[in-house]
Amino acid sequence: MKLQEYTTSAHNFEECMKCTVCTAYCPVLQVNPLYPGPKQAGPDGERLRLKDPYFFNYALKYCLNCKRCEVACPSGVKVADLIQSARIKYDTHPPKLRDQMLASTDFMGKLARPFAPIVNGVTGLGITKTVLDATLAIDHRRTFPKYSGRSFEGWLKRHSKEQARFQEQVAYFHGCYVNYNYPQLGKDLVKVLNALGVGVQLLDKEKCCGIAMITNGMAREAAKHATHNVEVLGKAVAQGLKVVTTSSTCTLTIRDEYPELLKVDNTAVRDSLLMATRFIYEKLEKGATLKFRADYHKKIAYHTPCHLEKLGWGVFSERLLRMIPGVEFTLLNSNCCGISGTYGFKKENYESSQAIGQPLFDQIKTVNPDVVACDCETCKWQIEMSTGYPVMNPISILAEALNV
Amino acid sequence: MNPNEFDVIIIGGGITGAGTQRDCAMRGLRTLLVERSDIATGATGRNHGLLHSGARYAVNDAESAEECIRENMILRRIAAHCIDETDGLFITLPEDDLAYQQTFVDACRKAGIGAEIIDPELAKRLEPSVNPALIGAVKVPDGSVDPFRLCAANMLDAKLHGGQVRLHTEVTRFIREGDTIKGVHTRNRQTGEEADYYAPVTVNACGIWGQHIAQLAGVKIGMFPAKGALLIFAHRVNNLVINRCRKPSNADILVPGDTVCVIGTTSTRIPFEECDHVAVTPDEVNLLITEGAKLAPSLSETRILRAYAGVRPLVSADDDPSGRNISRGIVCLDHEERDGLKGFITITGGKLMTYRLMAEMATDMVCKKLAVEKACATAETPLPGSEEKSYEAVAQKVWESPTTAQKAAASRMGTRASRIRSANRHDDDLICECEEVSVGEINAAIERLDVSTLTDLRRRTRVGMGTCQGEFCACRAAGLLAKAHGCVERERKDLADFLQERWKGNFPIGWGDTLREAEYTQWIYKHVLGI
Repeated sequence: MKLQEYTTSAHNFEECMKCTVCTAYCPVLQVNPLYPGPKQAGPDGERLRLKDPYFFNYALKYCLNCKRCEVACPSGVKVADLIQSARIKYDTHPPKLRDQMLASTDFMGKLARPFAPIVNGVTGLGITKTVLDATLAIDHRRTFPKYSGRSFEGWLKRHSKEQARFQEQVAYFHGCYVNYNYPQLGKDLVKVLNALGVGVQLLDKEKCCGIAMITNGMAREAAKHATHNVEVLGKAVAQGLKVVTTSSTCTLTIRDEYPELLKVDNTAVRDSLLMATRFIYEKLEKGATLKFRADYHKKIAYHTPCHLEKLGWGVFSERLLRMIPGVEFTLLNSNCCGISGTYGFKKENYESSQAIGQPLFDQIKTVNPDVVACDCETCKWQIEMSTGYPVMNPISILAEALNV
Repeated sequence: MNPNEFDVIIIGGGITGAGTQRDCAMRGLRTLLVERSDIATGATGRNHGLLHSGARYAVNDAESAEECIRENMILRRIAAHCIDETDGLFITLPEDDLAYQQTFVDACRKAGIGAEIIDPELAKRLEPSVNPALIGAVKVPDGSVDPFRLCAANMLDAKLHGGQVRLHTEVTRFIREGDTIKGVHTRNRQTGEEADYYAPVTVNACGIWGQHIAQLAGVKIGMFPAKGALLIFAHRVNNLVINRCRKPSNADILVPGDTVCVIGTTSTRIPFEECDHVAVTPDEVNLLITEGAKLAPSLSETRILRAYAGVRPLVSADDDPSGRNISRGIVCLDHEERDGLKGFITITGGKLMTYRLMAEMATDMVCKKLAVEKACATAETPLPGSEEKSYEAVAQKVWESPTTAQKAAASRMGTRASRIRSANRHDDDLICECEEVSVGEINAAIERLDVSTLTDLRRRTRVGMGTCQGEFCACRAAGLLAKAHGCVERERKDLADFLQERWKGNFPIGWGDTLREAEYTQWIYKHVLGI
């Protein structure tokens, strides 16, 4: 007979021992008393919700989805997944216009790119921020990411011939941020990979990973993106390609949120998708070498994004940065920066968001680095806005330090 | 007037006793209820909590079936906050005879039970946990009922009608004059205090222990104790009651109740002496899991919270010692007629959900003896807490935007949730995180519902009934009780007893996560708190 002792229940919340470690680790609970906390919102609440969806608590929207509760849980309960699943299943409010706009990073990027200088100018104006705050409840204290006039996709297409000359190839899931906001990161990745003798190609029309849709009540749209992405990733994997990324959140979403939250099967591609830092580190382990500038000197403080901690891959970024001669390295304490994608942009979350990140901001100021390194674009916006220190992706730092 | 004089004394704080006290009190009688332990400690609190539609009895016992469906509909009206109107399925599995389905449905209809044959595919959609191999399904108006809540609500209403309740008070002998019972001599099992109470009529409503009480009174009732074991699963696997559509057998009912579900039961004859110490055996656990998984396959992989057993008060209608005339129906005995003993009646047999009818029968008999002419109104008058039909309505009325804990409180207390104080911010703090019970709700129970121990508190609030089994809530609740009773030392002992009692139910199914959690509980209490 199969007894529960030997199986993992489909209702993984039963493995909760009520030890409350998740509650102690939740960054939101420490600053926002309206949030019931991961244990209440997750395994405890689930038992009541199974009785009647009426017991769903709308305060679950305060969950950052940072996954720190899951990292902390000694019993392997997927606490954050329980919370996000409950929101997907039981939250009957249609997403607000604001949330739809924040969630549609792909669509907004396409819209804004041709008018980038105008859009950037307008979103930087105080009056625009005031209007957005009053009409859409997007907090006026936020700095908006700038749009780029030319997309990364266009750039790489123009360079596809020279990339094809490399014998070894990888595909790159660049994500919305690299494509619409900061193509330079993609270019930096190409530079580093080329230096390792690896050519970079695009996927066959990737879409936004969908994380912002998941957390903004648009799971159905997100599932469409997921199905599409698994398909195009599958094409690359079928050709024997690894797929690298530079965003920790896109990576976590495709690897873990697709099957857990969106119920989109990704087994064919999951293990072939990895952070570029991991890909590079593994190549170096196997004997590949990178040549660095002799005159490079930088004081770097590295912040591990929550989603990279969940993946367990922060160590690769850390090792790569430490490897660069002339780098004075500080590993910042594990602390959520508070932005969590679109969360911190919402007016109702601004105070919480800043309070959550405060210890991190304080530590950065104490360390006083030349640059903060981090693998997440939204952490970058948050840290730059809140501390004034520049933030670079480890890949960009590698590219900058390379002697080519 | 002597404060120890009443019109009627009811012995037994189960649902029959509580229901009888309520009925008597509503008919204007001065009532006293004495119970040697706490409310619902016998068969009342140790069953499935099934609000039978009567379908289970339809084929073999039409009378019981008719009683059930009548009372089922009445309880939905008068006990809304104790009832979960889930509906139920009677499923036919490949190894069962599908021809039985028609016999079953015909019998149901004859008894007035709305039974409807549905497509097995529809059954799977209505109840995703059901065994997908099913070949037939019948939908019936089954439901679930919280016996503790029902018992407490009846007792509370009796008190609101002037009734008095003495819990933890045992009848040690009867006060008898010639051929008449004049009252009872009692002893409080917590304080040792003894007292005499007088009434022209005494009602024996002690379930299986009625045999002992009758003996004390000098008459003989032949009881046939039958143990039934059940398992509680850690979450609500099913939302519809699932039964097997075949001749009633072992472990063929799965009932969703609040945040859990319960599989049962077995049936084993036991000697009367064992009634106070029933334990669940490994064979029973195996049987329950194996048979339960046939109803809902996921049960075999679901965490089990507790095992428990109750004793059915089956009674022989006459004095037949062989048990041939055993009855599962209601037995109401006028001992004056039967044995020539005046002022003493016994109400027993029956089922949890026919308690109201039993109470009505007993009260009619009491009234006849006292020459009181007042009609029974319990079928129309809602219990305290049940004045609103749904907990949504209650929660919305009491709180502007209720939290999960407040919604949960409304589902447990019904309209009485308005009595939860939230004078200061600590009143909203959670004592029990698994079931979401707040300080305010605990205090409301302590103030109104005769709570002396943590176990008493559990029966009234669900504290300690969740997956943690007291791990976190027990010490917090003990703090509130110590404050209410002004005694820390007594509460320390109570806390230890409570944890021991929780372990008793964990022990028969002590493996996997339940064992991990029990071990963790032990670390906390033994090694951190030094208990």
